[in-house]
Amino acid sequence: MATKVFMEALSPTMEEGRIASWVKQEGESVAQGDVLAEVETDKAIMELQARGEGILRKILVPAGGTTEVGGLVAVIAAADEDIAGLVAGQQAPPAGAAARPAAAPAAPATAAPRPPPAAGAREPSGRVKASPLARRLASEKGLDLRGLDGSGPGGRIIKRDVLAAPTAAAALQGKAGEWEDVIPTQLRKTIARRLVQSLGPVPHFFLTTEIDMERALDARETLNAIGDGKISVNDIVIKVVAMALRQHRECNAWWQDDHIRYFDDVHIAMAVAIEDGLITPVIRAAHAKSLRTIAAESRALAERARARKLQPEEYTGGTFSLSNLGMLGIDEFTAVINPPEAGILAVGAVTEKPVVVDGAVTVRRRMRVTMSCDHRVIDGAMGARFLQTVRRMLEQPLAIVW
Amino acid sequence: MATITYRDALNQALREEMQRDDTVFLMGEEVGVYQGAYKVSRGLLEEFGPSRVVDTPIAELSFAGIGVGAAMVGLRPVIEFMTWNFALLAIDQVVNSAAKMLYMSGGQTPMPVVFRGPGGAALQLGAQHSQALEAWFAHVPGLKVVAPATPYDAKGLLKSAIRDNNPVVFLEGEMLYNTKGEVPEEEYAIPLGSAEVKRAGTDVTLVCHSKTVAVALRAADRLADEHGIAAEVVDLRTIRPLDVDTLVTSVRKTNRCVVIEEGWYFCGVGAQVVDELQREAFDHLDAPILRVTQADVPMPYNKLLERAAKPSPEQVLEAVRRVAYLER
Repeated sequence: MATKVFMEALSPTMEEGRIASWVKQEGESVAQGDVLAEVETDKAIMELQARGEGILRKILVPAGGTTEVGGLVAVIAAADEDIAGLVAGQQAPPAGAAARPAAAPAAPATAAPRPPPAAGAREPSGRVKASPLARRLASEKGLDLRGLDGSGPGGRIIKRDVLAAPTAAAALQGKAGEWEDVIPTQLRKTIARRLVQSLGPVPHFFLTTEIDMERALDARETLNAIGDGKISVNDIVIKVVAMALRQHRECNAWWQDDHIRYFDDVHIAMAVAIEDGLITPVIRAAHAKSLRTIAAESRALAERARARKLQPEEYTGGTFSLSNLGMLGIDEFTAVINPPEAGILAVGAVTEKPVVVDGAVTVRRRMRVTMSCDHRVIDGAMGARFLQTVRRMLEQPLAIVW
Repeated sequence: MATITYRDALNQALREEMQRDDTVFLMGEEVGVYQGAYKVSRGLLEEFGPSRVVDTPIAELSFAGIGVGAAMVGLRPVIEFMTWNFALLAIDQVVNSAAKMLYMSGGQTPMPVVFRGPGGAALQLGAQHSQALEAWFAHVPGLKVVAPATPYDAKGLLKSAIRDNNPVVFLEGEMLYNTKGEVPEEEYAIPLGSAEVKRAGTDVTLVCHSKTVAVALRAADRLADEHGIAAEVVDLRTIRPLDVDTLVTSVRKTNRCVVIEEGWYFCGVGAQVVDELQREAFDHLDAPILRVTQADVPMPYNKLLERAAKPSPEQVLEAVRRVAYLER
């Protein structure tokens, strides 16, 4: 006699559950009371126990899948029992099948088995609950709602879940290094709210400085003369910015609405123009990498970007961005912040300029950079001090090895 | 700009329109010698005489019918009901005559009549005298329904109502008559069918009209102070025709909406607002639209029960907390 395994109401308010993992696999024998799977409810991870014995013949909702309470998740039966009818009925419900049952919470002990959801195109992993706005935003961002966790009632995916999605996914890569989440103070929240009201979703402000590049360019020439692989000005800027961010963690952060995430490691996202847009491959832990490694990586990433071969983990998880239009002859410009990052540095061309050094006019190679700051995270003086460090390091490039 | 009461703003509108157009006249119980049960018609009998400020017997159906007849022959009657609760006696004239005449005569019979008076609950007037009936009249094609919340809106909308060639149901409020607000000295009129953003915000839209505008504004203050939520308060001002564009524009910005009204929830004004928004702003909604209404019971007489039955800022706060997902 086959036993249908249903998603049970494992908390008083649970309307649907997500299979966190299957403890038993298809083909394993199970006894009554055995733990079949771990189920993530609206509150906790709970155990789903077998209410019959036999072989776990078929898993209908894979790990990670969600289904509402009463939905069929697996079938337990004798090894030779024909379960095709049960399984087929589940996977391809006939047209005009029974209406979807109301998702009423019920105590597990008394939960009468109810028919599974029967929607034509619906997958056995259960439907995704999302607000209309969340669906539209996800579609605009090309996100699959099934990959998101909903923070609304009953796991409903809402706007904030979609907005947080790419960053959350990047964080889960486990490659973003250590971080610290800091709950903003009331003052910080007020600053954030007021600035957003005045300037839009990300309140930008801009800091520009001009950097004397003589020594950095000399160093570059020396290094390029030594060995294999060319180092670009941009590589030096990446390295210096990463090292400066180690000293200014307050600029190496993500605005996360209810908290600010300050990163210890520096992952530099570099804007790369591609055929019909741009993408920001990430050089991870750039502060810890040698200039030569950065040069090789940035070249490889840019090539892969232009060939459209970047994997998602290669262009997410940046903690700070760089955009360089110097090679296109732009002297200075402002770049738009790539949320949730709090800053981006726009790098202009190196040009020869008359400047006053020690009271005399002389020609120097100079470069202008403009930092766009998210004022919710970075205040003027913070950004200025960071830029000051960047400028000092570029003007004394020996600091790189310091 | 002068600060005057809602009552005096209505009085100014009546006086100015009667001065401007001698086909405008006022009729109702106690509007003349007594100068109005709520003194809205103070001084009008003295200025315009008994042929244009007409006291009637206590016979709502009769004088509403006289108003309809006067409009049919080219006058612009303003019919005052002492309250809209009493107008139920005259609803046949409002619904079966006034609302139908332009349609059924193919536009040959004019019907520029205004029915006005206070609606909704005051304080402890009992179930039969505490009803917000705007949804009843808004249901009927052929009627325009107006419910101003401020002295400025009351004056500007009453002037437009009197000049409108359709029958207009104009709902005031006993608790509003003494409220004060700035009203310019110079001539102005507010077009019917235009809502107004009474307070701009980004996080949630509070839709309201008449007395619930004050409820929404108080709730918006507390939302800002206690939760850092910027609520946008949209005052419908006219229930029918409904200004859907202003509603949709607001909800596209805020993604969340709570609709507040003094009437009952079932088939209420808010039900219509929700219907329009779910259709016109579906892809912009991040949460179901919630409503705050009077409790679904005849208004209790007991003071505490009456207070509990009326929509309150606390109920609005609770609804906003839900649509903003503040309680996880």
